[in-house]
Amino acid sequence: MKRRDFIQQATAATALITVGGYGLQSFATSSKSKKITILHTNDVHSHIDAFGPEDGRNANKGGVARRATLIENIRKDNPNTLLLDAGDIFQGTPYFNYYGGELEFKLMSKLKYDLATIGNHDFDNGIDGLYAQLPHASFGFVSANYDFKNTVMDTHVKPYQIFKKEGIKIGVFGLGIQLDGLVDKKMYKETEYLDPIEAAQEMTRILKTNEKCDLIICLSHLGYNYSKSPDKISDLNLAKATKDIDLIIGGHTHTFLPKPTVAQNIEGKNVLVNQVGCYGINLGKIDFYFDADSTKKAEGTSIIV
Amino acid sequence: MNYKHLLFLLLITILNSCKQETYSLSKIEGKQISITDTIATDKSIDDFVKPFRESINKDMDAVLSYAPETYSKSDGDLNTAIGNLMADAVMHESNPIFNKRTGKNIDAVILNHGGIRSIISKGNITTRTAFEIMPFENSIVVVALKGQQIDSMTHYLSQAKRAHPISGIQLTLDKDYNITQALVNKKPIDKDKIYYVATNDYLYNGGDRMRFFKENDSLYTLDYKIRNAMIDYFKKTDTINPVIDNRFIQTK
Repeated sequence: MKRRDFIQQATAATALITVGGYGLQSFATSSKSKKITILHTNDVHSHIDAFGPEDGRNANKGGVARRATLIENIRKDNPNTLLLDAGDIFQGTPYFNYYGGELEFKLMSKLKYDLATIGNHDFDNGIDGLYAQLPHASFGFVSANYDFKNTVMDTHVKPYQIFKKEGIKIGVFGLGIQLDGLVDKKMYKETEYLDPIEAAQEMTRILKTNEKCDLIICLSHLGYNYSKSPDKISDLNLAKATKDIDLIIGGHTHTFLPKPTVAQNIEGKNVLVNQVGCYGINLGKIDFYFDADSTKKAEGTSIIV
Repeated sequence: MNYKHLLFLLLITILNSCKQETYSLSKIEGKQISITDTIATDKSIDDFVKPFRESINKDMDAVLSYAPETYSKSDGDLNTAIGNLMADAVMHESNPIFNKRTGKNIDAVILNHGGIRSIISKGNITTRTAFEIMPFENSIVVVALKGQQIDSMTHYLSQAKRAHPISGIQLTLDKDYNITQALVNKKPIDKDKIYYVATNDYLYNGGDRMRFFKENDSLYTLDYKIRNAMIDYFKKTDTINPVIDNRFIQTK
């Protein structure tokens, strides 16, 4: 009996697809399109409150309570939204000096951040100071090139995380900046820095080839680019040296871009590189539209920035 | 019911649904949204922050000094007004402590450009300003360096090509960033002399790749935070007046 019920349901499903597929072509196109929204911040540096009206540069900008409203509205518009942070959550206002990052993590949890990577300043109270705040974070951390196995952070940071939104598989991996010379060794202790390009290649192999992700995002704290040291690893250099990454969300250099950068990867394919300055003044929003292959146009992906 | 027909339909369904599940990226739209006062504040978030904010504000709102202009670390080439103020404040506030303990004087100060974490806005300077410029808990250390290490330091500065805050040093570079003049206390560097250089513990430990501190004669820990030196300097200064000067320049 149960088998028959199942078959009947299957039949009904077929009918629906038939109608969708042949009966109402225009309706079918819109229902076959899926939209994934990626929201991102970087280098918020404990800027919980908005800048005051007297600030010499960023008067009346930023503020986590406004960011909450904005994100909530975007989520209402598209529930298939991921909220990411590219590191340097800590350090920059007395909130960090007084409460050690507890407030930052609690607020990010209230805003329902999905994932973050680790910036150099997230070690400012030492790796033990970062570890101590983990219970306040409901979101995860990714880093593919920091090896934490000989530290307290071991098992608390994954190389990547996969999200599934309406059947679309999104792989997000993290990359961090070289700590030697930037962060006091007594702060990061036995954290081992691995080559970011090698780590990225390993990640795209896993996420693209093994996991068959539809979208691959790199959450980077490497810095956008270094005009005075053009060979230093940066988001632009990473984009050029790798493949299968769709979006690099950057941080560290506090770079304000007039619009997201369209870079070319090692195969000549487009990679979007974005960074939204610092201090929670801006929110990055990247919408990815997916069409069913049957309706796919021949020209490939169009990028509007 | 003819099960064969149903199975056939089922097969079609499976084939169809497999096909339906393949999606490809067709369009990407990227933009940046400014967070401004036109966006309403989320009350529950603001209510959560409020008690913490009020507790901190009690400490932060004390007015210490006045800034006639806005000063930023991006205004200036190899030296900036805000960086000069920081390095001079460290010199001014820590030398009496160092002298009292050792009978010696600080010859030079070096900090790092990346360590200036905020602008000084025109208007009142408060404790908060000091926290914003110098949020880190770094403390002042004085390092005894031979003239040779001072050469390494000036070489570092010439290659860094950044406005790292300095005091007590005068450095001139040519258009190719070669050093044409390097003075400490207005005198050429003596290879055998011991110089006392104030910096912070982060840089002393190799931060910003400042590796020249490691071969030193001795280290004096003042237990005095950079931020507190700035707060003390602001308290003594009614109106600040930092300027870009010729302490670190490039001749074209």
